[in-house]
Amino acid sequence: MNDLAPQTSSPANPSARSLSRRQQARRVFLRSLALVGGILGLALSAYVPLLRGRFTRLRPPGALNEADFLAACIKCGQCLQVCPVNAIKLGDIDEGFGIGVPYIDARAQACDFSCDAMQCVLACPTGALTYDKPDFLPVRPGASLPAPPVLKAKANDPENTLNLQERMGVARLARPEACLAVQGKGFRGSARGPEFKGMLRYTEVDRWKPVPIHEHPYDVPLCDLCARACPVADAIELRARRGADGVERMTPEALSACVGCGVCEMICPTEPAAIVVDAQAVWEGAT
Amino acid sequence: MKRQWTLLLGMLGATPKKPQTVPQPAREIMARKYADKTGFIEEKLRARADHAVSHKWRNRRWAVLTVVNLLFVVSFWLDIQMLEGALTGSRFVGFHMIDLNAALQVMLAHKHIIVNLVIGALTVFVLWVMLGGRSFCSWVCPYHLVSELAEKAHLALVRKKLVSEHEFHRGTRTFCWLLFAALGFLSGYTVFETLSPTGILSRALIYGPGLALAWVLVLLLFEIFYSRRAWCRYVCPIGLTYGVVGALSPTRVVFRVEQCFHEGDCRKVCLVPHVLDVTIKGRADAKVMSLGPDCTRCGLCLDACPNGALQFDVKGLSRLL
Repeated sequence: MNDLAPQTSSPANPSARSLSRRQQARRVFLRSLALVGGILGLALSAYVPLLRGRFTRLRPPGALNEADFLAACIKCGQCLQVCPVNAIKLGDIDEGFGIGVPYIDARAQACDFSCDAMQCVLACPTGALTYDKPDFLPVRPGASLPAPPVLKAKANDPENTLNLQERMGVARLARPEACLAVQGKGFRGSARGPEFKGMLRYTEVDRWKPVPIHEHPYDVPLCDLCARACPVADAIELRARRGADGVERMTPEALSACVGCGVCEMICPTEPAAIVVDAQAVWEGAT
Repeated sequence: MKRQWTLLLGMLGATPKKPQTVPQPAREIMARKYADKTGFIEEKLRARADHAVSHKWRNRRWAVLTVVNLLFVVSFWLDIQMLEGALTGSRFVGFHMIDLNAALQVMLAHKHIIVNLVIGALTVFVLWVMLGGRSFCSWVCPYHLVSELAEKAHLALVRKKLVSEHEFHRGTRTFCWLLFAALGFLSGYTVFETLSPTGILSRALIYGPGLALAWVLVLLLFEIFYSRRAWCRYVCPIGLTYGVVGALSPTRVVFRVEQCFHEGDCRKVCLVPHVLDVTIKGRADAKVMSLGPDCTRCGLCLDACPNGALQFDVKGLSRLL
């Protein structure tokens, strides 16, 4: 076994024996020091992805503020397991401290609140996803929703709101020039093509079950898929906006009720999406 | 009590010492064993010849480890909801289970006590107090299994003199435990989880492989080519956390010096050979001795011992039976 302290030397050749033991102990000590240094270096290198801000992820609904979220999340993936549309993925090691932490890739599969009650929040064992944020945790200005969001699918229920206090992000028309509505174009066909695996709940098809988007083609004279698919009432609408050239065009605009779920980004038929969700963004417009 | 303290220090990294005085009962056993030297040697050779090399405990352990990890996997894949989550945190038929080291990291980083987290951690604490603390390592941790296979490769290379063994000081693990606790507290991130091969492998099994497996591979290569079982022996804070739990556990491996030939086969297969220091001739100072908290209760020494000197034992229960 390793031994840092020189032991009592053998009677045969005391000085030589204890010298080699001391050397051996010294080597083990330095090697151990190097190991600790290596581990420390690797541990700290997990800061790099955070500092460079490469990953501003869309977190599941009810997530704490990013730093608190990374701290409180126990990286178990129970939220992922209960999601009916499999919207939740877990971060990999290139996200540093975000390893094993849930996020949503809205373009691939957005959170459409098919579960009505945010099962991921119920599943979270550590309160990293929560309905009621404790008072001692700060709320970023513009993050709170003006009122509990009304879920379109629950419109006829006695309790028609979603128990969500803060938004996940905010939708933004990132590429107005690509937007079909802005161009005055309609849309006909499968929103994301026949290969797309994303799911969405269409209440007119099934109140409880989300279906693959490719099974539900559209035919609209003016593309309004983002507003149409949005699961939250009064969160986005097409408004007539005068462009720089003085021509009025119908433009999708997120409203203060936007929770940032990402359904508009998922359903947008242009490639890449004209409308995107800015993850962890707060509401900056007038309410 | 003093023995418990020595064992705890041994787990933290202290080198086991020869007992200064060996009490009468243990001395008598040694005297009796060596009174007839030729008889002792004959008996030893006979025991060795009769010893059918068995992998009984290893096979049982591998089966349990596989079943536990598969339970996580099928719970998700087949949606049978038996054991949902991953090793860091799960629900066993609805009951919260939180890995103790992960709970510690979250509490240190987040600096808030969360009720479900405490409930889950307490459940796991009680479970592993009953089952033997570090038995988590050898009977559940998926990295332990792959590391055992890497160890075989490493020992083969050492035998062929292609690589040489590099030991570290065992106190390194204690230092790493403190380091990760401090990093978690100071940075506000669960720093250890980024490097934990236990969490990475558990999630990879359940949710699919990722880039993080490359890090696990690096660790395994390090263990194959440089230092035997380096992560488990010298770094992993999970092992130390469960070791402390094991200090309270009645489930342990005990050593009966009377049956020992002091050949050291057990120490050669052990992940933590310092716990088997009592098997060295002249080191045992009682008839029956527990191996202490750092022992992972893996049973490799039981399989290796030709004479049944090492046995599993549940304090209190064995006396009742």
